[in-house]
Order: sequence, then structure tokens, then C-alpha cells
Amino acid sequence: MLTVKNLNKVYSTGVEAIRDVSFDVRENEIVCLVGPSGAGKTTLLRCLSGLLDRSGGLVALDGQAVTEPPLRMAAVFQDYSRSLMPWYTVERNVALPLKNKFPSPADRRDRVNAALSAVGLDGFGSSYPWQLSGGMQQRVAIARAIAYEPEVLVMDEPFASVDAQTRADLEDLVLSVQAKTGTSVLLVTHDIDEAVYLADRVVILSSRPSRVLDIVDVDLPRPRDQIETKSLPRFAEYRSHVLRLVRGLGEAQDFSAATLIHNEEKTRSV
Amino acid sequence: MNTVLRSPFLPLLVPIAIIATWWFASAGSTSVFFPSLQDILIAFQETWLFAHFWSDIVPSVVRLIAGYIIACLAGIAVGLLLGRVRSLDAAFQPSVQFARAIPAVALIPVAILLFGIGDVAKIVLIAFCCFFPVLLNTIDGVRNVESGLEDVSRSFRLTRWQRAVSVQLPSAMPQIFAGMQTSLGFAFILGIVTEMTGSANGIGFITLEAQQSFTIDTMWSGMLLLGILGSLLNALFVLIEHRSLRWHYQSKAGH
Repeated sequence: MLTVKNLNKVYSTGVEAIRDVSFDVRENEIVCLVGPSGAGKTTLLRCLSGLLDRSGGLVALDGQAVTEPPLRMAAVFQDYSRSLMPWYTVERNVALPLKNKFPSPADRRDRVNAALSAVGLDGFGSSYPWQLSGGMQQRVAIARAIAYEPEVLVMDEPFASVDAQTRADLEDLVLSVQAKTGTSVLLVTHDIDEAVYLADRVVILSSRPSRVLDIVDVDLPRPRDQIETKSLPRFAEYRSHVLRLVRGLGEAQDFSAATLIHNEEKTRSV
Repeated sequence: MNTVLRSPFLPLLVPIAIIATWWFASAGSTSVFFPSLQDILIAFQETWLFAHFWSDIVPSVVRLIAGYIIACLAGIAVGLLLGRVRSLDAAFQPSVQFARAIPAVALIPVAILLFGIGDVAKIVLIAFCCFFPVLLNTIDGVRNVESGLEDVSRSFRLTRWQRAVSVQLPSAMPQIFAGMQTSLGFAFILGIVTEMTGSANGIGFITLEAQQSFTIDTMWSGMLLLGILGSLLNALFVLIEHRSLRWHYQSKAGH
């Protein structure tokens, strides 16, 4: 449903951020984009979601080219403290974007309550974001996105600024929400465990300029579980495969020092 | 000594000391220019409570608040437009800078010529000089919305009106309030000056008249009243500001 073809982005300063990136996000699927820090993942996501003009290539949602943020897409941003409105209650934060999509106020109220309940924030509707912990604030941002009923939910390193335990909880929250709603999810992360744990497919990006190094189908059973899934031998295999690519080791069979150094130099010179 | 310095009554000590010194130093004063504090307080009671309350204090305050509110509303509305529409800003910025450079008191003769010595001239002058601090702070405030919130506004396709009312103005509010506080001081100055330069009533008028008719204790009581009134207005302002910007102070305190 979301198609990305030969996407290019060159900034006006001449910096090339993205080179020829192609992949698809299909219906009812979780796709994770991983890559080293500073690889231009956020730039890529902004191009996909219509927030940033692309220099070339095609992004289409259900066959329609994306030129501005689509009505059928919702976003969750990395920094929850900068993406919620501190002057509004949790409820109004979630309700604000719904006005242009769902005309009936009663209907909107139901959607807000359902979304808050889905992310485990029953009873926090009249709190203010700054009264909540970081993890809870990010739940509000997720509630806002799912109340919008998108076909594609786009998330930019959504758990990068919360602690490890909260992070695991939020990962499971995304899995359960996705399973319930059937929304497609495109999630950017630099955490390889997270990518493998969540994804049906992992798109591995190189360092700048971003190219697709590999697309890995993750064939792990659902529903996934933080302990069981992560202790499967196949989880470890996916993990190492992705890790090698991200580190620029390619499909290296040979772990000799020479190959290591050679490959690292290659990555640096890129 | 230490216990005195830590006492919650410390902020009251200096004013009490000043009043006491004034009271005793001026007691039994025979100077025409510096009457005793006791005489000033008697004049205060006789003049303002409540002989001239309805005829002068109320008109002064009403004009001040009317001009001030007009300025705030206009400053916020125009500021939002100039702040968010580049072409409008380019077109009007030079004129704004020019108009702002004119000292408002210099416009008093013009205002009297055009609007007479009634309420209209005074309200117009107060509004004129209070307009600019609000305007400039609003322009700056609505321009510097957190980039994360700009992304949210765009990706959830908020309309122009929703962005203005739900994102840009609230986010600029701390800065707008700073401008409004500056303006409140201006309003007070202009309110009194306009009453001293052509008026038939008002606190400034009575105070100047007292000086000219040599009732010096009434003149001093006017100073006292202005001080009290100014402090009360500012306290009221701070109260409203803290109520309205609770999110701002609380969310800053949390980080």
C-alpha cells in the first residue's frame, strides 16, 4: 500500500542524504527501518510522510503520489515532549487532529476514549502532558495517532528517549495495537533488537547517503513475547545478520581482523 | 539577626520602615511643600474616599483599561498575521517601525485636535502606545513555535485557523504576556499624562489641579493613590498571567 521507489534526497547545500531507496509496506504489516545513527533515517521518514520534498523518485500511498501529509497516515515523533501541546489536556491533544476527519463531536469523543483506553491511559484524559512520565507522554502521542485511524502509522524512533523497561512495554503496546487495528506500521529505529522483535520485514539502510543494503523477511511467530521470542535461535540469527549489515560487515563469513579492518575502512570512505 | 533575615515578613520591613520614618520626620511639618504624612492621609481620605471616586478614579481606570484591552486584542491579531504571513510582514514592517518610533506623548496635541479632550482622545493614545509591545512580542512568539509542533500540525493536516488558535498563539503566550506587561506600564503613564495635558476629570487632572491651586497635601495624596493603583494593577496582571500560563511554568519546572 505504501510504495517507495528510487527515492532520492539531495539538500540544497549539496549534501546527499538518500540514494535510490526502494521498498514497500504492505497491508497489515510492520516494517522497521534500521541503520546507523546519522544515516538519514529521519530525513527518509520526513520524505515519506510528505513533510519534506524529495529530489527524485516516487512515494505513493494506495497508488496516489504523496506530495503532502496524507489523510490516511499518522505520525508519532521521537521527542514526545516537543510533539504534545502542553497547554491542552491529554484528551484535547488526542482530539485536536480528529476535527477535520470525523465531523460528529460524539463520535470524536468515543474515538478519543477508545484510543486512550487502547494505550492504557484510562482516566488520564483530563491530565496535562507535563503531569505524566515520558513513557506515558509517548502513549498519548500513540493514542493521538491511532485515534486518527490511519492506514499507515509512521513512527520515528518513538522509544529512543524512554528507559529500557518502558521501552519494552511500548514495543508490546505497538504490537498489540497493530494486531487489533490492522494498521500498517513503518517504524524507524537504530535498535536492531527492537527492529527484529517488532518487524515482519526489516529494511537495512547504509550510513549517509542512505541506501538499502538488504530487506530481511522476519519469519518469527506472532504474537511475540519479550522473553520467548528473543530467546528463539532464529531471533539471534536475524539479529546477527542485521547487525553485520548495519556495521558494514556485509555478509562476512570470515571474522578475521583483516576483513574487519578492510570493511570498516570501506564504510568510512563512503 | 539571622532569624530576622529569614522571616517571611522581611518584604514588609522596608515599607514599614519607610512609612514610619516619613511619618515621624514629617510630623508637625510647617513646610508648605512637604506637609506631614498625617495631613496627606487626611487629604487622601477626603479627596479619594470617596468624593472623587466616581467622578475621577473610575473614569481614569476605565479609560486605561479600555485603551489597554483594545491594544492587546489588536496587537495579538495583527501580530499573528504579520508573524505568519511573510508578504504582509515585508509590506508593513517599515511602517510599524516608523510609527513605533514616534513618542506617544508627542501625539497628544494631534489627538486633542482630532478627538477633543474627552475620553476618545485618551483611549486612542493609550491604545496606540500599548499596541506596539504586544505586536512585536506576538510576531516574534508566533514565529518561534517548537519545530516538533510544526511537524505535528502539518502531518495531522491542521487548518490554518487551527494552527493559529491551537498551536501558534498558545505557544507564543508567554512572550505575548511579557509584551502586555510592558504595555500595562505604558498605559498607566499615558493615562495620567493625557489627564494632565487636557482633561476635565481623572486622577491626573485632580492631582495637577491640586498643585496649581496650592493644596499640596492633595497633590501628594495623588502620588500615593497612583502608586497604590499601579501596584494593584500589576498584581492583578501577574495573577492572571500565572493562571493562564500554568502549563508554561509547570512544564518548565518539570524539566
